[in-house]
Amino acid sequence: MNSTDTGVSRHTALYGEHEKLGAFFTDFGGWQMPLKYQSELAEHKAVREAAGLFDLSHMGEVRVTGPQAAEFLDYALVGKLSAVTVGRAKYSLLCTEDGGIIDDLITYRRAEDSYLVVPNASNAPAVVAALTERAAQFDVEVADQSVDTSLIAVQGPESEAILLWLVDASQHQDVTELKYYAATDVLLNTSVGPIDVLLARTGYTGEDGFELYLPNAQAAALWTVLLDAGKEVGLTPAGLAARDSLRLEAGMPLYGNELSLQTSPYAAGLGPVVALAKKEGDFVGRAALEAKKEQGADRKLVGLTGQGRRAARSHYPVTVDGATIGEVTSGAPSPTLGYPIAMAYVDVAYAEPGTTVDVDLRGKPQPFDVVKPPFYKRG
Amino acid sequence: MSNIPADLYYTAEHEWITAPDGDGVVRVGITDFAQDALGDVVYAQLPEAGSSYSASEAIGEVESTKSVSDIFAPLQGEIVRVNDALDADPGLINSDPYGGGWLMEMRPSDADAVQGLLSADDYSQQVG
Repeated sequence: MNSTDTGVSRHTALYGEHEKLGAFFTDFGGWQMPLKYQSELAEHKAVREAAGLFDLSHMGEVRVTGPQAAEFLDYALVGKLSAVTVGRAKYSLLCTEDGGIIDDLITYRRAEDSYLVVPNASNAPAVVAALTERAAQFDVEVADQSVDTSLIAVQGPESEAILLWLVDASQHQDVTELKYYAATDVLLNTSVGPIDVLLARTGYTGEDGFELYLPNAQAAALWTVLLDAGKEVGLTPAGLAARDSLRLEAGMPLYGNELSLQTSPYAAGLGPVVALAKKEGDFVGRAALEAKKEQGADRKLVGLTGQGRRAARSHYPVTVDGATIGEVTSGAPSPTLGYPIAMAYVDVAYAEPGTTVDVDLRGKPQPFDVVKPPFYKRG
Repeated sequence: MSNIPADLYYTAEHEWITAPDGDGVVRVGITDFAQDALGDVVYAQLPEAGSSYSASEAIGEVESTKSVSDIFAPLQGEIVRVNDALDADPGLINSDPYGGGWLMEMRPSDADAVQGLLSADDYSQQVG
């Protein structure tokens, strides 16, 4: 066993499965999660070329139901959730009155009057608190189901084939026709009996893939069944290290790195997520976000690619002629591309793709080119 | 438990050093413990052969997707050769840290200086 259990962080329903696989654990958002099983590079590669299996049960699940569910979410989040069709999902932000980002999250519309909000692990308590507080004036119920719900992701080009081996034949078409950012209830036929899951075509890797929501009680059984089913096409359990390098290649922000309470959505390139024009009514943060949009951002989130081989890392200064003009938020040598990639906030004067800046790599400035993410796009 | 060969010398910075050969040259690498903590190495920046350094000077670095570690000169002396195979296959540092994953060879100014380094027992206690 390779875990360094501090005794304070929580375990998902799949913890025992990870232990059996010899996972190396890390604390993430208050949870003991697999950092990697064997090799994070092999796990990264498996997702790009075959498929990876992730435990994402640390993510939150908040059910919002009631006659005013749509109206409430239009008020509580920055997006127009009332415009989401039943069965589809939307990426949105939960902001403070000041327009700071409490969390970035995905919201699924499950029925006219029912939504599933999925916050990041470390932000789930803050999201539940904010939603509950904001719900006071609406006819809705906000129910935190995080503790009882497991989330397993299958990501990579073989994902659909793996799912089809398990999904009941009557629902194959539901899966093959399931659109990106859509979800449907499916029945999986497994050696341990039928398992009902909410199957979403979403992910955080830049590949085709699915996320499966189900009650904790059946999570370990489903994990094992998926590993068995996917074995012959190269499905590999993958940890947070691979998840981070995959999302970085895909140019996706990570809360805590690219996003925070101090981040303006306009600086983060998330202006289109804020439905100022589409929503007539007031929503939390509206006035502050209107002002931020009007004022414009001083710094902008950009992609950087290294001209050399040394990688930029989080918090390294971005400089031009020795003067600091920005800061790296995430950076790594890209396993797929073979050169260093990073995301950074830089002064708007240097944010144009094609601009060359330096990153101070521990005392030595190295040239990086400003690019527009994603760094990697699947073929 | 990480592998700590008894016939090598070690530093507190998780490098191993061989006893000097007939030409007074020692070989240097990072330990099994260090490669395991670092994760899959994707790039090793090595010093140039012919350059001289003082002990504990940072002379290169080893990068994984998750982090980066300095390579230090374990002793004062001159770099006589670096492991060019790492350029094409930096993963050798993970798969064979005491063999094909060696980093560099150096000629210490003082051939007896290795005696001042940690023994395998000393190092075991540090990482134990």
